[in-house]
Amino acid sequence: MVHVPAIQANNLTKDFGGQEAVSQVSLNIKQGEIYGFLGPNGAGKSTTIKMLVTLIEPTSGSVTILGHDAVDDADAVRLDIGVALQEAALDMSQKGIEFLKMQARLYGIRGRQVDERVEELRSLIDIGEALNQPIKSYSGGMKRRLDVAAALIHNPKILFLDEPTTGLDPVSRAKVWQEVRRLNKQLGMTIFLTTQYLEEADQLADRIGIIDKGSIVAEGTPTELKRRSGKDQIVVTAPTQPVAVLKLLGKIKGISKVDQHDGEIVLSSSHGSAAIARVAIELEKQKVPIQQLTLRETSLDDVFLEYTGNRLDAKQGAVS
Amino acid sequence: MNDLAIKAKPAGFFSDLWTVAARALRAIPKEPESIIPALIIPLFFFIVNVGSLSEISKYAGVDDFIAFQLPVAIVFAVTGISRASALVTDIKSGYFDRLLISPVKRTALLLGLMIADLALVIALSIPVIILGALLGVEFVTGFAGILMFLALAGLWGLAFTGFPYAIALKTGNPAAVNSSFLLFFPFAFLTTSFLPLDALTGWLRTVAQFNPVTYLLDGLRSLIYGGWQWDKLGLALLAIFAVLTISFTMAFLALRGRVTSR
Repeated sequence: MVHVPAIQANNLTKDFGGQEAVSQVSLNIKQGEIYGFLGPNGAGKSTTIKMLVTLIEPTSGSVTILGHDAVDDADAVRLDIGVALQEAALDMSQKGIEFLKMQARLYGIRGRQVDERVEELRSLIDIGEALNQPIKSYSGGMKRRLDVAAALIHNPKILFLDEPTTGLDPVSRAKVWQEVRRLNKQLGMTIFLTTQYLEEADQLADRIGIIDKGSIVAEGTPTELKRRSGKDQIVVTAPTQPVAVLKLLGKIKGISKVDQHDGEIVLSSSHGSAAIARVAIELEKQKVPIQQLTLRETSLDDVFLEYTGNRLDAKQGAVS
Repeated sequence: MNDLAIKAKPAGFFSDLWTVAARALRAIPKEPESIIPALIIPLFFFIVNVGSLSEISKYAGVDDFIAFQLPVAIVFAVTGISRASALVTDIKSGYFDRLLISPVKRTALLLGLMIADLALVIALSIPVIILGALLGVEFVTGFAGILMFLALAGLWGLAFTGFPYAIALKTGNPAAVNSSFLLFFPFAFLTTSFLPLDALTGWLRTVAQFNPVTYLLDGLRSLIYGGWQWDKLGLALLAIFAVLTISFTMAFLALRGRVTSR
């Protein structure tokens, strides 16, 4: 079964009254993969997720989850997936423990297993005795953690997390990251993750897809995407910067551009970590005294900017 | 964690039904603001109607106006009681989506709420019957008649719930759900609420003849002072099922619309 993709979407399109929210999106996500899905607000992330998790039907195209069609075999899909949507979907009139137990029963978990599972999740989400309190009394972070626990109640094969750490403090965020890694490594759980924190995608995702205006504009591992963007910068601080040396630096393999800014030499490279040693050797050879030599690697933010024209802002989604 | 011991499977229709109904039933005591008016309004009308119209009703051939009014109070108590507002809250908060992502049977999502409604409307009928008993109303059909009376009242309340649920599922709008209360007025007042059908004249008589509540009230009244009149009970059941068929069709079509392509 390993060869069956966890998530496969073919030319997925969703049209809302003539407005195409998602256009021809194709995805092929392997079992056991952590896939990061990035995009500015309104790019089509949530609509795509809703189609993947059987909440809405595509206008055209198809989705299969572990080989089950998301429209024709939606019941089978629902048993395999756990979902924490962007807004914590909770029943404020219930206590946390009532909410989790009800979720467990909906997935056919019965008897002692319900209590055991709830106790496991209680420690996982670090919520303690608050689980016995009404959900309406919870802080935003507690609600978020309870929502993630509900998504995990039946030990799904694929976990969809729509901005799981938005609104969490750094400690809670780190705990979610740790748990995402644990679920992936120990249980082989496939994880489809959208996030506004590029660092989160960089840290967690095996591959990243960037969606903009309803279409996938870039896809690859974080390293591939950064390399494709080719924006690594090697910055040299030196008291003397002879023109001849600058020309020689420009000829080094892997260096695409040489600039001078504020007394610094700035070298652009698609693979800075490989080129920096050659730069150091050349400077040494030319007897240029180096005060400082630093490598600023391409960040996912640079990649995001290049493909969408926006920088991703954790508070606003994306800013121009 | 012992994740591997846990395996999801369909819970089954009846388990889903009970899970949804139990949640709705647990929520009822937490919302006294929605129950208290449903109890006060019928008691208020019962007392006011009896106090003001008892003497006049004798001219229309009603000997015991308290017994005549008790079924009206019951209809007032149970008509329009539903969890439709809570359903809208679930839709708005995204909780309904969480349920839809689970393998719960879609029909259980609605029928579970309706089971809770049925339990509530029967519970609301009991104080009205007790008040009637305190005022001297006796059922000639005995305890079995009281049970039949409660069953008819419950079924009528259930039949009517389809309308607010249809509106809730179609619109997801709390104001629209609240406006469904307007349906209550023609059903409850353009009928034999205050006088028997023979005493009604003109257009009101014509409308009352087509109003299912007329036959419901006839059936309920027969249990109090007419004896086991199966023709009247049969017509009452027929009226209830006519309304139930229409309202449930609307509600389940609206449910299908919400859970499929959006």
